[in-house]
Amino acid sequence: MKKWGMGNADCGMNSDFTLRDPHSAFPISFFDYLLRLGDSCLILSQRLGEWCGRGPALEEDLALTNVALDLNGQAQLWLEYASQIEGEGRTEDQLAFLRDAPEFRNLLLVEQANGDFAMTIARQFYFDLWHSLLLQELLNSSDQRICAISEKALKEVQYHLRRSAGWVTRLGDGTEESHARMQRAADDLWQFTGELFEIDAVDEAMVQEKIGPDPRTLRIPWMDRVKSTFTEATLAWPDAGWMQRGGKCGIHTERLGYLLAEMQFLQRAYPGAQW
Amino acid sequence: MPATSLTLDQIWNWLEEVIDPEIPVISVVDLGIVRELNWCEDQGEPKLIVTITPTYSGCPATAVIKEDIVTALRDRGITNVQIETQLAPAWTTDWLSEQGKRRLRDYGIAPPQRFHRQPVSGSSQSCCSESYAESEASIECPRCGSKNARMVSQFGSTPCKAFYVCDACLEPFDYFKCH
Repeated sequence: MKKWGMGNADCGMNSDFTLRDPHSAFPISFFDYLLRLGDSCLILSQRLGEWCGRGPALEEDLALTNVALDLNGQAQLWLEYASQIEGEGRTEDQLAFLRDAPEFRNLLLVEQANGDFAMTIARQFYFDLWHSLLLQELLNSSDQRICAISEKALKEVQYHLRRSAGWVTRLGDGTEESHARMQRAADDLWQFTGELFEIDAVDEAMVQEKIGPDPRTLRIPWMDRVKSTFTEATLAWPDAGWMQRGGKCGIHTERLGYLLAEMQFLQRAYPGAQW
Repeated sequence: MPATSLTLDQIWNWLEEVIDPEIPVISVVDLGIVRELNWCEDQGEPKLIVTITPTYSGCPATAVIKEDIVTALRDRGITNVQIETQLAPAWTTDWLSEQGKRRLRDYGIAPPQRFHRQPVSGSSQSCCSESYAESEASIECPRCGSKNARMVSQFGSTPCKAFYVCDACLEPFDYFKCH
């Protein structure tokens, strides 16, 4: 098994688009950190929105899009803060609609395609669990605004987790067909979970300023809950293989480009269009 | 009459008439969205600061609510209004007024029913433990009062509601979730 938390993931991407403070690299890291928080919410929200009108049942259609709505609201709060930290007059909307793929800082996990319902649920469960653990830690951030956003978001994410964990169990411990699909989804997406717990220079700067936790500390509670849920769901532990990385520093899978093409179409075609 | 001679109580009363756009029987004051009213000076003119706390992060009603508050105040002659959004402390259904809960029930929406206390913030295990999940198994049906109801869907017609069905009177109903 590949080791987790392999030190600095230097992806060779310089953040040329971020603000430059001649006295300190800190604001750049902070801006990047806020983008990571916001972008993962935004991209997953967009993915979930693709289910609108196509859910396997009306109730699930509503649930998927309501989760999308919560995440979209959270993305707005994070990106609004990021835009203020950047201080170059880019609004949260411009950050969402006018950046290209290498400038996005979301986790690879959230940009993966919806696949079948099991795939969507596995992605959601892995993310919700990590997200709730992270937000819980961010309640103690030295940055008051991060505390406030996290407090608000955590309530929503805990509810998301109840749903996604519940579905993992129901599908895993369901029919032969649902079990097979849930297992496949859990296995296929496993390669994108390593990145959740890796630390790089941005995270280190946040740890130093007591703004955010060391991502490696989230791994054990995450693993514990995945284990207990998979046991209940009669799912086998996914085979450990190569862990993908790169999303946090702008190296994405090809899927993100297609997602952005759709999400950003309107603002690209009609710049500055207002609702 | 100059705006500042209005008592804040009067303005609170006016805001009692600003109705939630998605649940049209309950006011933004009942919901606990309006947190504070304050007068301040703005270039020699009195300005009213209305502090609101949004419910769910992505709730589309929030934008409409802001507009409705501004419109309601303008109709009463208060034109210089600033809406401040305050995130912390985060909005909770504990802020729903008793009147609000009664109105929800009368309208056919089961008001939030909390069974367990929220975990203390900062305790790292709590948010992911199974026991955290509130026991929302015995929600009272707003139509017949039976507690023999079950959840059909964790989400209802808006982010703040879940969907239940009563096994006594067989009617489906929305439940305003604890938050």
